[in-house]
Amino acid sequence: MSDAQTPSIQTAAFQNLEPLPAPVSSPPIIQVRDLRKIFHVGEVDVHALQGVDLDVARGEFLSIVGTSGSGKSTLFNILGGLTPPTSGTVTINGKDLANMTDSQRNELRKHTVGFVFQKYNLLPTLTAEQNIQIVRDVAGRPIAFDENFKEVLRMLGIEKRLHHKPRALSGGEQQRVAIARAIVNGPAILLADEPTGNLDSKNSDIVLNLLRDLNKRLGQTILMITHNPEAAAYGDRTVHMRDGKVL
Amino acid sequence: MVNKLIFANLGHRPLRTFLSVLAIGVEVTMILTLVGVSYGTLDASARRARGIGADIFVRPPNSSAMGLTSAPMSDKIVGLLGAKPGVVLASGTDVVSLGGFDTIQGVDFSEMNKMASTWRGPGDPIKGGFQFLEGGPPVGDDDVIVDEFFAKQKKVHPGDHLTMLNHVWNVAGIYESGKLASKLVKIDVLQRLSGSENHISAVYLKLKDPNQADDFVKQLRREMNPEDPDKGYQIYTVAEFTSQLSLNNVALLKDFIYVVIGVASIVGFIVVFMAMYTAVLERTREIGILKAVGAGPGYILNILFRETLLIAIFGTIFGIILTYGTQWLMLHAVPASLVQETVYGWWPIAAAIAIVGAMIGTIIPAMRAVKQDATEALSYE
Repeated sequence: MSDAQTPSIQTAAFQNLEPLPAPVSSPPIIQVRDLRKIFHVGEVDVHALQGVDLDVARGEFLSIVGTSGSGKSTLFNILGGLTPPTSGTVTINGKDLANMTDSQRNELRKHTVGFVFQKYNLLPTLTAEQNIQIVRDVAGRPIAFDENFKEVLRMLGIEKRLHHKPRALSGGEQQRVAIARAIVNGPAILLADEPTGNLDSKNSDIVLNLLRDLNKRLGQTILMITHNPEAAAYGDRTVHMRDGKVL
Repeated sequence: MVNKLIFANLGHRPLRTFLSVLAIGVEVTMILTLVGVSYGTLDASARRARGIGADIFVRPPNSSAMGLTSAPMSDKIVGLLGAKPGVVLASGTDVVSLGGFDTIQGVDFSEMNKMASTWRGPGDPIKGGFQFLEGGPPVGDDDVIVDEFFAKQKKVHPGDHLTMLNHVWNVAGIYESGKLASKLVKIDVLQRLSGSENHISAVYLKLKDPNQADDFVKQLRREMNPEDPDKGYQIYTVAEFTSQLSLNNVALLKDFIYVVIGVASIVGFIVVFMAMYTAVLERTREIGILKAVGAGPGYILNILFRETLLIAIFGTIFGIILTYGTQWLMLHAVPASLVQETVYGWWPIAAAIAIVGAMIGTIIPAMRAVKQDATEALSYE
């Protein structure tokens, strides 16, 4: 299916999808306190994050907006367990990242956090389907898709493009495959770093609508980083960052 | 799934994959060809020794199992040995090196023809012996007879001329191979040309009863080496002599093989190291992606080592096929010089050397991949 034919929202497809179970109590799924990150670049210390405090509720679609260098990507990497903080606490789904071993961080990325990147980051040698399946394989799960996930693929409009390699897909299609990959293991949190940064406006709308639908229909918690206020408006709430701090 | 990724990766860089497989193939071929030539040469020597038809060889002290290229024994020994009870024929030979393993051998053709036949004494018919494919026995002093492999390699026929030892020889005949050296001339002519008049390299003995060979050898050792029967003149039955023509008994050859195996292993290691190092660099971003989705060190190592294993297996198969190519080439290009056998027992050894070398070559690139920072890898262009 080409981008032009892709419906912005295939609401019919959602009818068969069950929302994530709502917790009895709702503590923040992400809780950040006095988070600091210092990078050592040569002999210079760069303070990328300078005491960030942030709560993200379960099922919330939060947009973080900031200019280049504001620290939003560093926050994204720390929340995803890709890089450790220098100090402060980060609690993801009740688990403190600071005390996690590398192995536990891997487990976090397998089961709790899914990523969508600006540059899609699909493996170029695999087909779209294999790009999604390998994430299940990494998590030690069967690679066959269940009916619920097939509905998600239909909703994303990529069910007929699964046997193509990334180079045969448009940017919009690649990003939708990346979204499917990010949620295939049912993560509690979807982290999206400039998901529309490489897309034209039409495809940006499609992707943003899909993210919003995932949030509304499936209760998927989404934390989206963007520098674009229009994209940020798709979220329930927008947080602004500047110079390593949340404003 | 990992297999799909590995095959996809290998297919994505076909030239790199091909070169890696080729390099490991060459490594395997180097090992198998050298071993095959060693076994082939030794077996050919054994076949030629058996083809002489003698029951006992008497060789000078300190001579090598691989060949004789000097004439330190007086030819008077031939008469003495021939006079021993039970000996029906004693014939001396002079072997002169033409460089490397190439030799020319001087014999008394009529005696050697008897030796190589079923003849066991006066009155016996001479059956077997030298079979001539073209021409016939040497008649004149300048005549040389050559075996079929030499004739094929040098493209010579009766009537052609060959220059060896600064002497022009007339090719008199081409005989079926499997007896003595590939070039035979009259012994007295060769002795004169090589400055070893009245000296010989070895004596071949034929007994009336070949079953007495073992006892005869024991007795002869006691007589010729009175101080220590196992030192001095080397006296063997044909069976004993041919059993000595094995890799384990030729120390230099064995060492040479180990050196070549070492060199081949290093070449394979370096190639795989370079290939996998390049692959890891090329796939920095992909490794970052895998880490981002939760792949741990085990998963990434599994991908890289299985990919290497696959390359090594393909390389080994390619190397074995290539070895048949070298075998064919030697058979058609230098049939008289090198004989290569297929030594199946060395296939798993060569495969193990190639695979272990390749795996070792992957360790450093794999560790680099595992230690790669995911965020840096994801921003790698």
